[in-house]
Amino acid sequence: MLSITNLHASIEGTPILRGINLEVKAGEVHAIMGPNGSGKSTLASVLAGREEYEVTEGEVVFQGKDLLELAPEDRAREGVFLAFQYPVEIPGVSTTNFLRTAVNQVREYRGLPALDAVKFLSVMKEKMKLVEIDQKLLSRSLNEGFSGGEKKRNEIFQMAMLEPTLSILDETDSGLDIDALRIVSNGVNKLKSDKTATIVVTHYQRLLDYIVPDYVHVLYNGRIVKSGTKELAMELEEKGYDWIKEEVNAASV
Amino acid sequence: MTTTTNNNILDSILSQVPSGSSFSDLRESSSNFLEKKGLPAIKEEEYKFTSITKKLENSISDFSFAKKSDLNSETVESHVFDAFEGDLLVFNNGSFEKDLSKISNHGYTLSLISDAKPELLGKIAKTEKDPFVALNNIAFEDGVYLKVPKNQKVEKPILLLFLNQSNEGQVIHSRILIEVEDNAAVTFLEDSVSLDDKTYFSNMVTEIKVGQNSQVHYNRLQNESKNTITVNNTETDIHRDAVFTSVLVSLSGDMVRNNLSLNLLDSGCEGNMYGLYLLNGKTHVDNHTNVDHTKPHAQSNELYKGVLADSSRGVFNGKIFVRQDAQKTNAFQQNNNILLSEDAIVNTKPQLEIWADDVKCSHGCTTGQLDEEALFYLRARGLGKEQARGMLLYAFTGEVMDHISDEAFQNHIVNIVQNRLGSNF
Repeated sequence: MLSITNLHASIEGTPILRGINLEVKAGEVHAIMGPNGSGKSTLASVLAGREEYEVTEGEVVFQGKDLLELAPEDRAREGVFLAFQYPVEIPGVSTTNFLRTAVNQVREYRGLPALDAVKFLSVMKEKMKLVEIDQKLLSRSLNEGFSGGEKKRNEIFQMAMLEPTLSILDETDSGLDIDALRIVSNGVNKLKSDKTATIVVTHYQRLLDYIVPDYVHVLYNGRIVKSGTKELAMELEEKGYDWIKEEVNAASV
Repeated sequence: MTTTTNNNILDSILSQVPSGSSFSDLRESSSNFLEKKGLPAIKEEEYKFTSITKKLENSISDFSFAKKSDLNSETVESHVFDAFEGDLLVFNNGSFEKDLSKISNHGYTLSLISDAKPELLGKIAKTEKDPFVALNNIAFEDGVYLKVPKNQKVEKPILLLFLNQSNEGQVIHSRILIEVEDNAAVTFLEDSVSLDDKTYFSNMVTEIKVGQNSQVHYNRLQNESKNTITVNNTETDIHRDAVFTSVLVSLSGDMVRNNLSLNLLDSGCEGNMYGLYLLNGKTHVDNHTNVDHTKPHAQSNELYKGVLADSSRGVFNGKIFVRQDAQKTNAFQQNNNILLSEDAIVNTKPQLEIWADDVKCSHGCTTGQLDEEALFYLRARGLGKEQARGMLLYAFTGEVMDHISDEAFQNHIVNIVQNRLGSNF
């Protein structure tokens, strides 16, 4: 589904990603872990098309298409979804209104008829249950005055509405208490299928108790320096990242 | 001190004033004032960013008063916005057209200023406030005096439709005097329309008295042609426990200067001013507002927002006076701008003078670009770039349009704004 080859990216001339290689197949969950500043969020941002980042080398193929050639909106329409680490507050735009426009633009791109107000509402009600989100919240301005947990639930709710093929969760667990974490993970798990894939970017192993990964990758200095299964995550939880840094540094000397 | 050009403009306007007309005292004092003061000179503090006199000198070739245009009811109908319900007052180059208007007279009385000779004329908009008030005092002809009597609520809105066109002359003077007595309520809608693209100068004065415990809403749309020069002076006297709300939406014109003053004359009264300017091309819109808190326990709210594209120019100047007597005043002012191009300019200046010591006053102004992070967020959810931008700008402007107090007028303005935000910017 997704094939990343030798991806290099920089921001304002500073290289952040220095040759990422990653294969993601349908039905898989990949966790990307790593210490602060290792490039985890940059990878998520580059995949979603954030324009501040410049891709200097490498390629990303998503379902046979060159992802890097596409505008952010077209990536979304093709089925890539990024759950933001910091969801943006937008005063004056309600989640409901915005999402109806978004869903219908995505549907139009995929050759599906637009959802009318009634159908949209019934789909919305069904998806709301997934993340236990209240309709009142959705008629308020997008994320404005939402708690951290509400913002993250709103991200997963939007993901449910847009039905992506590839979901990228950028530190969705940061700042969540256990209850919120359980609700959010539950939503993600219910949306998984053998036709979709998930990339979970996280700093903490805790999330992976809920969203169980097939593969765990450790990102350090802009490269994937170690890959394994969920046991790797347990090891990182126990021992921290220092031993990985030491291994990498020793190897490069 | 007046310049030569200045005198030329004044002379040609003054020479057309019919002799022996009524209000001779007002016209004479205005004439004397103008002789001394002249039209605003370049760099004059009050007109620092808006060189109105120079603009008039360069753009207007014939300072004759525009004659009435040929209007019929179809022309009038075509310029009334959809779904309007209420009374319609039509003005043809500033002159009231009784036969083309639709007047039920339900809850108010209407007369020509020249017939009624109201005492109040010139008492709210004072001559020395602005040279263009003085000019209007001298030059206006068929203005209208509208009075809402005590304890009367006018159920439906009253639309003042100004149909303007250069016609054997390029200068138009419109004059409105509104007197709302105690415990009354009324909503006004005002729409000015250019009948063609020819350049004209419209100098308008509106005086409004809001009697004790009364509520007046004044919703105004400025969407004339790109060649229009407009000066609008609106002065309001707001009495005890009364509420006055102004909503002003400026969408077009060559140069537009709005002077809006709220005189909060007694305790318990409230003045609200909401403004939106959506500018492109070379349009220049200057909003000067003035709130005068004279007595305790009054409040004022002000929110002006602007979106500027191309090489348009916006000016906002918000004066708030809180006099020594006006303890327990609440006064809020906010001006926010989004610049969509590198050539667009906004000059914004809050001006607070507070002489009382127990008041709550706040002001703030911001000028920035469209929030790139918000734009990316919307696009990352599948919205096209243009659509995302339109949605953000519409959300920004909506806060002002929410205050338009008539639904049909609100829909009309929202539609124009949405179309503009979709593609025109």
